[in-house]
Amino acid sequence: MDKAFINVLYLISSILFIIGLKLLSHPKTAVRGNLTGAVGMFLAIVGVFLEYGKIGQEDIIWIASGILLGTVIGTYIALKVEMTGMPQLVALLNGFGGLASFLVGGNSLMEILETGKNTEFLSNYQFTISTAATGIIGAVTFTGSVIAFGKLQGLVSEKSVRYFGDQIVKVLLFAASLYLGYLNVTQPTVIAWYWYVVIAGSILGILLVMPIGGADMPVVIALLNSYSGIAASATGFVLGNNVLIISGSLVGASGIILTQIMCKAMNRSLPNVLFGGLGGATTTTDAGDIYSGKTKSTSAEEVAMLLDMAQRVVIVPGYGMAVAQAQHAVRDLYNQLTDRNIEVEFAIHPVAGRMPGHMNVLLAEADIPYDKMKEMDEINPTFDTVDVVIINGANDVVNPLAKTDPGSPIAGMPILDVEKAKTIIVIKRSLSPGFAGVPNPLFIQDNCLMYFQDGKKATQEIVTALKDT
Amino acid sequence: MEQFVGYLTIFLLAVFVGFEVITRIPPLLHTPLMSGSNAISGITIIGAVLTLHAVNSPLVKILGFLAIVGATINVVGGFVVTHRMLGMFKKKD
Repeated sequence: MDKAFINVLYLISSILFIIGLKLLSHPKTAVRGNLTGAVGMFLAIVGVFLEYGKIGQEDIIWIASGILLGTVIGTYIALKVEMTGMPQLVALLNGFGGLASFLVGGNSLMEILETGKNTEFLSNYQFTISTAATGIIGAVTFTGSVIAFGKLQGLVSEKSVRYFGDQIVKVLLFAASLYLGYLNVTQPTVIAWYWYVVIAGSILGILLVMPIGGADMPVVIALLNSYSGIAASATGFVLGNNVLIISGSLVGASGIILTQIMCKAMNRSLPNVLFGGLGGATTTTDAGDIYSGKTKSTSAEEVAMLLDMAQRVVIVPGYGMAVAQAQHAVRDLYNQLTDRNIEVEFAIHPVAGRMPGHMNVLLAEADIPYDKMKEMDEINPTFDTVDVVIINGANDVVNPLAKTDPGSPIAGMPILDVEKAKTIIVIKRSLSPGFAGVPNPLFIQDNCLMYFQDGKKATQEIVTALKDT
Repeated sequence: MEQFVGYLTIFLLAVFVGFEVITRIPPLLHTPLMSGSNAISGITIIGAVLTLHAVNSPLVKILGFLAIVGATINVVGGFVVTHRMLGMFKKKD
């Protein structure tokens, strides 16, 4: 098949990827955007078969069975996953992308060594350097994603796992993988160097993600997403293929943007997330003394009465709501309130949930209209007109200490200004501190009522109590 | 070298296009963006198919096969789950 024709096909699929992403910018066109991307992928795959030319019978069996197996597994997990499990799935998919990339890098090298064809590539720095880069980035993405998956799934401790000198070990290992990469570039005929690069990268991926605590997961998932794109792009440099370079860099850019947004929403820098100290180790022991006797607890009946008199209610969902699987109960509450002509909106902090935008998906799953989900910047100036704010399983994102205490670990983090509302209801199982490990003075504020209960149970009880009023 | 600069140009231009397009996507759709863009990163499937041929080494075949499986899971899983999610973001009356 004419090479120019195939390249045009690759160009079209690159353009379709860009248009697809562009259409993702509005819920109305997003479905079409995703389908556009899928068509782009289909064309690219058609392109590669044309590029392949005549495929031997044996190869056809390998390729077809690989695609079939991947399709079955991919479809199964995509249809099976719960919306609360979305971060795990994305982590896993990132991992598979990384795995595929470093395997392709290794295979390209072995192909040259085994066939003795195109040996001029071995003295071509573009080829050798990008192969080594594919090995490192692909391997880090793969094992890093597996650990992130394990943490989100509860298979690996969600806590920050640290030990004496861990930063030094990471730096040394990074240096070692660069050195192995250098050996791979200078001695490309020794295939073992490539696999040593992959092994070093794999260990690095594990060590990089292990110390990162649960609340920093949105940053990690976004970063790994970016890595999987960069790894794909690197394979494009290895093979000299534009569609791989373009698609990979689109994903890389997307992940970096989301990483930036998440870091900004926590007022932290990326190095601080990757190497920083925040993460469970700073749990204050005297939190009980701060609260003792000053918090007021409430009941479902009292909350129902307050809601009955309210005109504008804002619900703040946090990860606690997701863990309790309370989104459907929250929807019932939403319906109850809107039936009484009470205006209900949802205030969503950028880092609520375990990945960017996770809370929106959970609420959308429960049939809550997307135009009721408000971003922090949009809803913050309006909190003084809110009669009742219900905080369901959120803590740090509503902690006023972020604004008042410059010494606090969450100092400077943008928060939802819920303290301005007339009445604050906090649904929380106990007074335990949030991820940042600092007490929340909001809880002892005069207009704050604590409802100590599981997020789902509490919401159901409020709904029942509302029906009786 | 000349070739490399050409590829680098394409890479950087695509990064800029990516930044322009993606910064316009609202936080509401960030999770579908992630799973959707993830599916796109499964484009490595092209590389996986290309590197599987021409060599009779069983190791290359097996690694190529694994790469195809991994990339296909990425592509199919990514697009399907994104479709499923976006279906939930319908306007309700």
